[in-house]
Amino acid sequence: MNVAPRLTGVVGDAAVPTLLELDHVSISYPTPDGNLTAVEDVSFKIAAGERLVLLGPSGCGKSTLLRAVGGFLKPTAGEIRMDGRRIAAPGPDRMTVFQEFDQLLPWRTVLGNVRYALERGKSLPRREAEAIARRWLERVGLKNFVDAFPHTLSGGMKQRVAIARAFALEPALLLMDEPFAALDALTRRQMQDELLKLCEETGSTALFVTHGIDEAIRVGTRILALTPHPGRLAATFDVPPETRARGSSGFGELERRIQTTVFSTPEIGHV
Amino acid sequence: MSEIATPKFVRAPTLRRALEGTPWRRFVILAGFALAWELYARWLDNALLLPTLGATLSALWSAILSGELPSRALTSLRVLITGYALGVAVAAVLTTLAALSRWGNEALGLLTSMFNPLPAIALLPIALLWFGVGTPSLIFVIVHSVLWPVALACYGGFLAVPPTLQMAGRNLGLSGGRFVAEILVPAAFPQILSGLRIGWAFAWRTLIAAELVFGVSARSGGIGWFIYTSRAQLETASVFAGLLTVILIGLLVEGVIFRSLTRITVQRWGQVQP
Ligand SMILES: Nc1ncnc2c1ncn2[C@@H]1O[C@H](COP(=O)(O)OP(=O)(O)O)[C@@H](O)[C@H]1O
Ligand SMILES: [Mg+2]
Repeated sequence: MNVAPRLTGVVGDAAVPTLLELDHVSISYPTPDGNLTAVEDVSFKIAAGERLVLLGPSGCGKSTLLRAVGGFLKPTAGEIRMDGRRIAAPGPDRMTVFQEFDQLLPWRTVLGNVRYALERGKSLPRREAEAIARRWLERVGLKNFVDAFPHTLSGGMKQRVAIARAFALEPALLLMDEPFAALDALTRRQMQDELLKLCEETGSTALFVTHGIDEAIRVGTRILALTPHPGRLAATFDVPPETRARGSSGFGELERRIQTTVFSTPEIGHV
Repeated sequence: MSEIATPKFVRAPTLRRALEGTPWRRFVILAGFALAWELYARWLDNALLLPTLGATLSALWSAILSGELPSRALTSLRVLITGYALGVAVAAVLTTLAALSRWGNEALGLLTSMFNPLPAIALLPIALLWFGVGTPSLIFVIVHSVLWPVALACYGGFLAVPPTLQMAGRNLGLSGGRFVAEILVPAAFPQILSGLRIGWAFAWRTLIAAELVFGVSARSGGIGWFIYTSRAQLETASVFAGLLTVILIGLLVEGVIFRSLTRITVQRWGQVQP
């Protein structure tokens, strides 16, 4: 564990190449009352195969950081590089799963949503795109709902479609912005487990944002804790594989450690 | 991930189901209105001011049989559809530019705030100067009547597209015209559809008004001209027959074309309640 001020994340294994690098990134929003600094001087790296979790209370700039990595907004200072190249625009190599349920195209069916993403994002011909889309929808348990329109699905099912869509495009980096935050607790747990399984099976590299400590431990291989207003890196925690099992002694201990070192500090506050 | 089972459906009682989706309440209201007209006209007993519904329908029937009304209606519709299509096309170009660039955005804002409040019929004198008496002048004023409300509705719809949905589109690498056509337009379709409806109503009323003001030549005039000449000849029943035709065509377009369009698009997609 490393404590703030820490500007560079640790890449676990020197032999694994760095996929994403944030280099002293600050992001501010222009507001009527002047510029609001949402993220200040954040640096870290993600190596291929890692699942990095950005953990912090609401409003600490997690979504802002994720959107910058997605290419949806530009850092005010610093640089974000993927494979050594500066990120300039959104692209299907960084598929994002958002928290909001309205990320699916309402005018396309479940199958249509995933197929369309493959046709546009990977320039696949329709038939091939459809075959891949069906495979992924089956994998997330939606085989019986391929022809349904999104508005007829529950929140959890919509997120499954979004997850299938993201995985189907085989992005170099998966971006997830609290995809389960709006779900009920039971569904959320189930989705966390299933996501973890998908990530492990595919060996995906992911940047996952959450405000839940247990979720961070469950899905991540490494956790970066952020302080709010403006968002800065506070500490990093490695999550060993044996710690990942819910109810294991390691899980509870790491949870407590994060709780005391990060969330109980007065300057940081509570979720 | 684990498999999710399909839900089961329960059917509603038969009579409910038969009436469901039919505008039967409207027919009841319409019948009441027709009865009131007939009774009042009989009581008034002045065919020059208000012919009975029966007389109006028989005038309508004979004007249809003689072929005059259908050919007038066709003339009007042809002009109307040309102007409408042109207006919608220009609106599409303007809103696309507005969605893609700041300059386009400012231009659209300025133009709509300037021209939207201007009644189309007020442009008729200018149109007559520029294009002379004839179809081009009519098309000009129709384009004006359609363009601004449709452009306003489209652009308002674009602005209301959820940011997450826009990001989901851009995530796939979409940009420019493709982003507008494949993300913004379908996402804003409820507003676009209501804009198209308003545009249609505006175009229709502008055309009839323009035809009333100048009948082009008697040979090629539309329904407005039919109404005008009927009044000049004091055939009030035919005037009402002409008005009825205007209403019927309007209802037909609204009830058949726009309603089906709504059903197969935004209703199916869950963007509006049925
Ligand atoms: N579009 C925006 N304009 C102005 N301020 C914003 C905008 N988006 C987010 N913020 C502000 O930036 C800070 C970080 O927001 P966000 O990244 O959404 O936090 P988180 O995802 O961690 O909850 C918050 O204080 C929020 O109010
Ligand atoms: Mg957020």
